[in-house]
Amino acid sequence: MTNILIIGNGISGVTAARHIRKLSGHKITVISSETRHFYARTALMYIYMGHMKYKNTKPYENWFWKKNRINLLEDQVRFVNTDKNKVILSSGSEKSYDILIIASGSKPNKFGWPGQELEGVSGFYSYQDLQRVIKYTKGIKRAVIIGGGLIGVELAEMIHSANIPVTMLVREDRYWGDVLPMEEARLVEREIKRHHIDLRLNTELKEILPDQQGRVKAVITDQDEVIECGFVGLATGVHPNISWLKDSGIETEKGVLVDEYLKTNIDNVYAIGDCAQFHKPPSNRKAIEQLWYTGRMQAETLAQTICGNPLKYEPGMWFNSAKFFNIEYQAYGWVWSDLQQDEDNFFWEAPDGKSGLKMVFNRNDRSLKGINTFGIRMKQEVCENWIRNKISIDETIENIREAIFDPELSKNRSKQIRNAYQNENAVTEAR
Amino acid sequence: MKTIKKTGIILVLVSLTLLMSLLITGHYQLNRRIIDSTDMTEDQKVAFDLSSSYMIGKTYPSKINFLEELNQSFDKANDLITGTFSVSQKKIDRLAAIFRNQQEIKYFTDSVAGLYAKQNRLTHAKIEGITEYTGWMQNRTYTDFENFKQQLTESVEKYNSSLLQSQGFAGHKIKSLKFRIFKASYLGWAESFPLTMLLLTFGLLSLGTLMYVLPKFRQGEPGIKNDNLYKNSLTARGWSGILTGILLITFYVLLYWFAYWIAEWAVLLDPLSQWITGRPADQWFFYGFVYTWSILFPGLNFLTKYRHSRLHQVRTYSVMFFQLVFAFTLPMILYVLNLPEVDLKNIWPLNYNFFFEWKIDEYLEAGTLGLFLFVWGIALIIPGVPLFTYFLGKRWYCSWVCGCGGLAETAGDPFRHLSDKRLIAWRIERILVHSVLVFAMVMTGWVLYTFFTGKNTLLGVDSFKMRQVYGFLIGAMFAGVAGVGFYPFFGSRVWCRFGCPLAAYLGMVQRFKSRFRITANGGQCMSCGNCSTYCEMGIDVRAYAQKGQNIIRSSCVGCGVCASVCPRGVLRLENKKEKGRFNKPVLLGNDGYINNRK
Repeated sequence: MTNILIIGNGISGVTAARHIRKLSGHKITVISSETRHFYARTALMYIYMGHMKYKNTKPYENWFWKKNRINLLEDQVRFVNTDKNKVILSSGSEKSYDILIIASGSKPNKFGWPGQELEGVSGFYSYQDLQRVIKYTKGIKRAVIIGGGLIGVELAEMIHSANIPVTMLVREDRYWGDVLPMEEARLVEREIKRHHIDLRLNTELKEILPDQQGRVKAVITDQDEVIECGFVGLATGVHPNISWLKDSGIETEKGVLVDEYLKTNIDNVYAIGDCAQFHKPPSNRKAIEQLWYTGRMQAETLAQTICGNPLKYEPGMWFNSAKFFNIEYQAYGWVWSDLQQDEDNFFWEAPDGKSGLKMVFNRNDRSLKGINTFGIRMKQEVCENWIRNKISIDETIENIREAIFDPELSKNRSKQIRNAYQNENAVTEAR
Repeated sequence: MKTIKKTGIILVLVSLTLLMSLLITGHYQLNRRIIDSTDMTEDQKVAFDLSSSYMIGKTYPSKINFLEELNQSFDKANDLITGTFSVSQKKIDRLAAIFRNQQEIKYFTDSVAGLYAKQNRLTHAKIEGITEYTGWMQNRTYTDFENFKQQLTESVEKYNSSLLQSQGFAGHKIKSLKFRIFKASYLGWAESFPLTMLLLTFGLLSLGTLMYVLPKFRQGEPGIKNDNLYKNSLTARGWSGILTGILLITFYVLLYWFAYWIAEWAVLLDPLSQWITGRPADQWFFYGFVYTWSILFPGLNFLTKYRHSRLHQVRTYSVMFFQLVFAFTLPMILYVLNLPEVDLKNIWPLNYNFFFEWKIDEYLEAGTLGLFLFVWGIALIIPGVPLFTYFLGKRWYCSWVCGCGGLAETAGDPFRHLSDKRLIAWRIERILVHSVLVFAMVMTGWVLYTFFTGKNTLLGVDSFKMRQVYGFLIGAMFAGVAGVGFYPFFGSRVWCRFGCPLAAYLGMVQRFKSRFRITANGGQCMSCGNCSTYCEMGIDVRAYAQKGQNIIRSSCVGCGVCASVCPRGVLRLENKKEKGRFNKPVLLGNDGYINNRK
């Protein structure tokens, strides 16, 4: 029986624990200082908005852990001693291990803005962040969100639901500029503005100003505009939570460096999820992927490796999803924010501008490379098969209905899409 | 916009207060005409006339006083009736004395006739009673006189104590009498200005609701509208939720067992009932009216909430239609046409009295059309339920047609998230709902036995007692009091989930032989739990979705809200070929989605 210690009870740590338990009788301990039980941090925003309670965000009931002999320890790791195979905890006690899995997740980025530590400033990642946001936004007149990404729009939606005016500062020329092409970004921006969010593109935060009690009073933008607000939400990305690994001998860079087996430079120490950084990232993927499903995949893979079936991490085709206020977004395959050299694309937008479809294909053989959808649900299996089998854009458009996953009785938009595609082709040919 | 909505809420509260105040502001006055108009027997009428004479013409400003004296009158009348019809100890002694000098006592009932010299209705009744209750002693031989006398006395006493049930005011009879007397004796606003009061209560209530609801069609962007549900005390088991629950439970208890407390509300609807069917309104007409209102008006609210979803729009129109036409209007039309008053979408065993012999007789007596209605009812049980459920899942009934489901999806919608998602709740659900199904089937078996053989008792169990127990426990307590009264505590589908025998039947078909499933879309689930939270049946949808596994559960009523609230487009309700319906949980790791399907 191996003694396995897992640091972090997020999706990665908990999935690893569950799958190791499925495959073995090892001793499993999960340490976390965030919450006693695993909860879905993806649902934090719904607690704020009153859609759910904390209880609802837990995918497993409280008895689950004892039943599956997964020990939960509410504590924080201060230091890892890889020579003696033990960790030292905040409470002062020590825990030894045979195998250590680091799944400590992320922390919100702060880029050294003056005033970033003031009361009334918070990122949005953890349960504690949620408590802070709840506290800080009570009775305020305006909130300012820094950053135009997924967390930024979540924060905007949350605070908007409490009838608090929101200003959103986005450094780039479009919303989620490092991911979305312009057409899609504009579609989302319109949705953001429809919800009366004061969206400022090409605008950066310069400074956060305090009032006399040391609370947030206003922000100053790089255009020297002063925006009065009671809360500043930092949504400028996250970074691996690994500062506590200093001097442990575990090799780190931005994250904990791992090979394709999720192993660090030390034989019995692994890292998974947000905090892991790949020496050699899988094809086209980033070295650090802060995604729910990749955390889960890495954990499942690692469980196999630890339980005697060494498996390389191969995440497969890229996919993702999000929701911008009422517009759902799904992505399959690669759609870059700017077209690659050999790529061409087709974009369809509904007349009301609230839904759209982007398909990127190879200019030469016309094979499909990636799909972005907005306000249209698509089947992952169909989309992946199309991309994997290099089906041509013409054929996919012809059969687009097969991929649509909208609820029954929804307006069938496949005909509109086909017509738009044919019209566009006719125009191109005429030229 | 805000002012209109706020005014709407105020109007709703004012009208509800007014409606409640009708129950406590009236005066009550009993007169002979009221007593004559009831269906008392001659003897009862004589006794009640005597016992209630001091009430006649007196005005009671308090309902409680009126009830108290009415109860006293009934008690006195009962004393009179039982006193008149009972056999005195003297007579018993005399009857026994006939046999005193026999060595071996052989009792025969013919000797009873000699007890009474006078020949009249009363003495006939007594002779008949004694004969019936001592009949079992005939042809027996008693050696000890004292023993014989004791048994005779006991038997006659049994007759005496049966008089309350057979001749007096008791059980159901007294309840319906009280309702009619209360309703007829009531003097108050609802009686003096029926139309005005109807407008000021239900008219204002409807207007207020419209003012609150209609602006929502244009408010904000179409999309999921669950903001602050868990912060609102009505929908988060706060004080107003608890209060609403208590009021609902109280209403159901009064409706089923103490309807005379709400007789004023029937008075209010008399004009409407008279206009449609020519009958005065009773508590059931009132209930039907309120129930239909509760599907139509809160249904509008549901329509505003899901105005982005055609599925929910159509589904809501459907439940509104079936309630208004099938449940409310059509039975009254059938009544006017002299046909059995049936709700043609109510299916056994939910409609548990479908096979009661008086019901069957009613059908058979109504000629060809009656027979058609009866065959229709049976055709719905088989092949209707399995056939529709095979092609569409049980949703064709539970969230598109059924009245209980209709109320849950409209008035009950704001409470859907309060359903219990724990594993233990699922265990209790399976035991309870299938037990009720078995109970309904056994009870119906006994009923049919009675229908075919004319006998009441099978295996020592009385068929009438059995249906009485079912009606009380399941029909009233479970479906009514708990079914709706628990909305603010355990969500809108308590009855459908834990109690409805038809749901159990539909569920078995859905689980084992159906094309319906909720498809999970690959690996997009991020375990947020919106689906589980908003599942009114308490299904832990997320447990399946996060594994990429299709959701096939007998309890799923197919409302489609899990798919709507999913922020990642993971779920879709589908009727597809059976093959591949039960997919394996997809291990998502390591390029899992496609690789693991190979």
